Amino acid sequence: MKLNKASLFALIAVLELASDTEQQLSTTDIAERHGISTHHLAKVMRNLVHEGLVQAVRGAGGGYRFSGNVKRTTLLDVIQLFETLESELDMPNQLNRNSNQIISELQSITNEIDELTKAVLDTITLATVLKNTQRRLGMMAALSATGS
Amino acid sequence: MKEQISIRDAIASDLDAVISLDQVGPNEEKPAYWSGVFDHYVHRDKNRLFLVAESDHSVVGFIIGEVRAWEFGSPPCGWVFALAVSPDARQMGIGQQMFDEISKRLKQVGVTTVRTMVNRDHKLALSFFRSLGLCTGKYIELEKQID
Repeated sequence: MKLNKASLFALIAVLELASDTEQQLSTTDIAERHGISTHHLAKVMRNLVHEGLVQAVRGAGGGYRFSGNVKRTTLLDVIQLFETLESELDMPNQLNRNSNQIISELQSITNEIDELTKAVLDTITLATVLKNTQRRLGMMAALSATGS
Repeated sequence: MKEQISIRDAIASDLDAVISLDQVGPNEEKPAYWSGVFDHYVHRDKNRLFLVAESDHSVVGFIIGEVRAWEFGSPPCGWVFALAVSPDARQMGIGQQMFDEISKRLKQVGVTTVRTMVNRDHKLALSFFRSLGLCTGKYIELEKQID
């Protein structure tokens, strides 16, 4: 599986905003914090607003705020706003009739993989990712405190 | 005010409460199924665990698990095969309390891995276990329709 840039930027932005649902951050704040393109992120943010996952707050000190349910929104909910995660077989236009059954079987295998991928992404909520991220940070802090 | 939840071993008189919490399976088969489960898991031995969550003298959840050894070549591990929380008592941390308690008991009898199996369409249950740190394990479940 390869996530496209828009999905990845959307996940970063949504997780950043969902980590504190009271905070408002601008596109520049998020882009600078994560070293990603402001221009590209701006397009992603517009899409997230349109889908209701984040809310645009206007005026001085405005920005974006998370407006979804952090315990119910899954990684797949975000990713599917930007891509379908369907595997594709790069087939030539003119296929020999003998290849049909082989292609059908290969498609059923890639479908099984796709279903499994989606099942995993659709059960990991933003809250779970944030909790695991915090745990990771805690482990790193403990390691650096012990000097290992 | 947050209600006090206690986790305790199931007893025979919990049968009706457990049946009413069970949202899975056909109603007509539940009494026979659960009688069998109670016979097998209530106060049998330390490797079989049947716990209930109680709030204000009512059973609001249950969890059942056991130690299984060498199935499919796996060293002894804990299996959680049933968990339910009353819809009225969800998002209060009861599922997590029950899972933590059964994990503690499993560890006391010497296992360090706990497994479960969930229908991939049961998103709420899968998200719950994910939130507790469970992830896809080393064993893959395979099945087919028998002709």
